[in-house]
Amino acid sequence: MNKPSEVVIVGAGIVGAACAFELAAEGLRVLVIDEGFPSTGATGAAMGHIVVMDDSEAQFAITRYSQILWDDLCDQLPAAVEFDPCGTLWVAADEEEMAEVRRKFDYYRERGVNAEILDSQQVRDAEPRLRAPLTGALRVPGDSVVYPPCATGFLLQKARELGARIIHGRPVAAIGAGTVRLADGTVLAAAFIINAAGQSAPQLSRGISIKPRKGHLVITDRYPNFLRHQVVELGYLKSAHSLTADSVAFNVQPRKTGQILIGSSRQYGAQNSTVDESILARMLQRAFEYMPDLNSLSAIRVWTGFRPATPDKLPLIGPSPEDPSVLVAAGHEGLGITTSLATAKLICAQILGQRPAIPVQPYLPSRQMTAEAHV
Amino acid sequence: MSESVSVRVNGKPVTVRAGATVAVAVLASGATCRTSVTGQPRSPLCGMGTCFECRVAINGEPQRRSCQVLCEANMEIEANG
Amino acid sequence: MDSVKHLRFDVAVVGAGPAGIAAALAAADSGKTVGLIDDNPAAGGQIWRGAQNVQRHSVSAVWLERLNKSAIQLVRGARVFHAADGELAAESDDSAIQISYGKLILATGARELYLPFPGWTLPNVMGAGGLQALVKSGLDIAGKRIVVAGTGPLLLAVAAYARKCGAKVVGICEQTTRPRMARFGMKMMLVPGKAAEALHFAYELRGIPHWTDCWPVAAFGNRRLESVRISRQGQTSEIECDYLACGFHLIPNVELPRMCGCQLKNGFVDVNEYQQTSVAGTYCAGEPTGIGGLELALVEGEIAGYAATNWEDRAKHLFPKRARYQTVVRILKAAFPLRPELKNLARPDTLVCRCEDVSHERLCEYTSWRAAKLHTRCGMGPCQGRVCAPAAEFLFGWQIDSVRPPLYPVRCSSLAAIPSHSVPRN
Ligand SMILES: Cc1cc2nc3c(=O)[nH]c(=O)nc-3n(C[C@H](O)[C@H](O)[C@H](O)COP(=O)(O)OP(=O)(O)OC[C@H]3O[C@@H](n4cnc5c(N)ncnc54)[C@H](O)[C@@H]3O)c2cc1C
Ligand SMILES: Cc1cc2nc3c(=O)[nH]c(=O)nc-3n(C[C@H](O)[C@H](O)[C@H](O)COP(=O)(O)OP(=O)(O)OC[C@H]3O[C@@H](n4cnc5c(N)ncnc54)[C@H](O)[C@@H]3O)c2cc1C
Ligand code: FES
Repeated sequence: MNKPSEVVIVGAGIVGAACAFELAAEGLRVLVIDEGFPSTGATGAAMGHIVVMDDSEAQFAITRYSQILWDDLCDQLPAAVEFDPCGTLWVAADEEEMAEVRRKFDYYRERGVNAEILDSQQVRDAEPRLRAPLTGALRVPGDSVVYPPCATGFLLQKARELGARIIHGRPVAAIGAGTVRLADGTVLAAAFIINAAGQSAPQLSRGISIKPRKGHLVITDRYPNFLRHQVVELGYLKSAHSLTADSVAFNVQPRKTGQILIGSSRQYGAQNSTVDESILARMLQRAFEYMPDLNSLSAIRVWTGFRPATPDKLPLIGPSPEDPSVLVAAGHEGLGITTSLATAKLICAQILGQRPAIPVQPYLPSRQMTAEAHV
Repeated sequence: MSESVSVRVNGKPVTVRAGATVAVAVLASGATCRTSVTGQPRSPLCGMGTCFECRVAINGEPQRRSCQVLCEANMEIEANG
Repeated sequence: MDSVKHLRFDVAVVGAGPAGIAAALAAADSGKTVGLIDDNPAAGGQIWRGAQNVQRHSVSAVWLERLNKSAIQLVRGARVFHAADGELAAESDDSAIQISYGKLILATGARELYLPFPGWTLPNVMGAGGLQALVKSGLDIAGKRIVVAGTGPLLLAVAAYARKCGAKVVGICEQTTRPRMARFGMKMMLVPGKAAEALHFAYELRGIPHWTDCWPVAAFGNRRLESVRISRQGQTSEIECDYLACGFHLIPNVELPRMCGCQLKNGFVDVNEYQQTSVAGTYCAGEPTGIGGLELALVEGEIAGYAATNWEDRAKHLFPKRARYQTVVRILKAAFPLRPELKNLARPDTLVCRCEDVSHERLCEYTSWRAAKLHTRCGMGPCQGRVCAPAAEFLFGWQIDSVRPPLYPVRCSSLAAIPSHSVPRN
């Protein structure tokens, strides 16, 4: 056996992978353990939209910081990561949503995020496939898209080059007090343990709450130039806020391959990964309302995934409330691809006792959480 | 019923027997069906609708499996091989 | 937007090959409403494709004639892409179709196994059955030079057919060994009707070299096939040709049965003596229950059709006949096992996934199909792994996991029209 690891990371999703890269780059001896293979979990099911969001100041801070980190990394990303700086188009279907466009515009501009308000005609020019007329849209050119499994693979590869080890196919049974016990009985010691087990994190660290929030996605065959931006309806803000009801929203993404990824749905309480035909139908109907030409495109696959959701929709980053020797890095809901990179920075700062670039308090697992905290 | 059908493959007239598939018309024209994602020319493999190597645009609709579609008079077929 | 059609049958049969046709006819004897759904422009399946154009009184003509005269509703050009809660969703050129049924018979047939070797993606390198299907669909091969390669009796059928259509069959490359081939010939002689078929093939193929221990190593050509290099009893040689028709036997189409919840056994749908699957009221006949040829497909279809309409005694009556043809399944299995050398045909840069152009060396980094798929896009293209997954299973020994909807790529509008029983919750 090699020298004992200083850090053991449980979970090789994008969050675990980002932490591995960051910590290895700081010269720490890192071991990553996953019960499946990298990207088995939510990461392998995600859309890969790197997006700045403003549901709360804390959400803005971590998404914005992450977006900058992705941009810093983009020159190094291999083609397989399919990095595409396509930007986001937030479309408004009525005056109420247009008011949201203006609010969002002011909010972003005050905080240094480039954004632009489009009127009805400019929306048509930007995305000719959108139904006319739409009231307007907000274009956020700095947002981008990646292919999450290969982004994860890239981060792990970088970590490996810096000396990290990755083992997969080995479930972890328990963590705490400086030890990691595998299901096969092996016990490993580590100075720091990071719980990056996604929606399974509460099984390893009691005292935290993460609930799976099911989503459906449809991918089409290749139709180059069909779509230019990731296009999201602003009605999405109304429906995605709901913490109980199932909801669907128009959310389409152009892939570098020329494929179109169609979302999105959110369901609480659904445990089963099978495709729910009624939600799928509602989600597609919603997409056709905004972009009628989608209905004749050939759909290749439908799948589902689970977003690891916390009560206040902010990730858990920091010492476990029950066992401070364990650092939790989980619960990233529908933004974990984006926020993985900032998460890694925050974890690293806590381990090295450095001052992070953004305040960590809003994400500490010990914070008071109420479901409506940010609304 | 007439004995043959005429279609156009990349603008070039091709005549095939009635009941022939679009894949047959493409092969008869000397074209190949599609260009793969790394730029290779491809033509039918399975002949029965499973491999998707025979995809062409038919009357402007892309990604159609030519082995599963019968030729109709004056069809415009665009093969990208 | 496309229209949505609703159909209801007492008995729905998916697949209008020999098994499905026989099943539908047997079921229709009871007077129940029977629907026969197939994705091809005409009934007949693989073997009777284009049979509308052949001579009357042949076996195929007799069955197709019976089908035409029956009250069975043939739903052509419709591909079943989803099954849930006792309903099927299909798509045709212009509509989405929702099909509900009392009993379901799955007769989805088989497809060919293709193995990657350098040059196998060149235009005019085709499946063996693939070339045959294209010729049946109108491709003119008169005067063309054809090499038929791979394994199994289909190679003989294809070679004979190609010759009849005027092609010059340069040779048949059979990967199995000479003793296995000889035993196969002897055993088939004992199966009713097969001796005559064998003699017929021997006559039709006279003069065509039939090499055993022989397989393609590489195909060459500039933008299309010009020649193939074969390995024959350890020696390699190059043959010029216009087409290479190459198939490594058949694999069952078990995706729809799996989506219906039917249990598999050794890769085939597990059925009881009445051809009923592990799902009550769902039957399966033909190649998905075992690769056994035309006669077995027909008799299994009839048994399923009778059993699905509660005509057990009629079904039972056919058990001995089925038993005779089931020996074919075992004979085929013993005669044509794939030799390990075939695993080494692919070079590092040989593509395994043709939809996404994923090479052999990229797959070598992974230990499971799912991991390879997620990280390399292998099997993510429109064929949904129907070509590369069985190849990867053979090359790497991977288990290929679950089936996901849609079973075939379909228009988004058809996907939105899947019948659904769950009540929307808000
Ligand atoms: C449909 C959908 C769309 C999405 N779209 C986006 C998007 O556009 N943009 C965005 O930013 N985010 C998106 N997300 C969210 C994103 O996918 C997640 O937030 C993110 O992947 C979480 O990463 P993770 O590493 O925490 O979890 P996971 O990827 O789930 O990784 C956890 C890993 O831990 C392993 N593990 C669990 N328990 C154990 C154990 N006991 N022992 C060993 N290993 C264990 C698992 O095998 C898994 O590999 C989407 C999510 C879904 C479902
Ligand atoms: C390519 C090929 C060529 C062959 N050529 C010969 C030959 O020359 N001589 C010979 O003796 N044997 C040949 N065989 C073998 C022969 O097909 C079988 O022995 C037998 O006749 C199969 O009958 P079946 O009804 O089980 O299947 P098939 O004849 O394969 O019929 C199945 C039918 O179901 C349809 N189907 C499948 N899934 C769906 C779906 N989801 N929705 C709608 N329709 C669906 C298929 O398109 C097909 O029409 C060939 C097999 C193949 C695969
Ligand atoms: S040739 Fe395979 S799908 Fe048409």
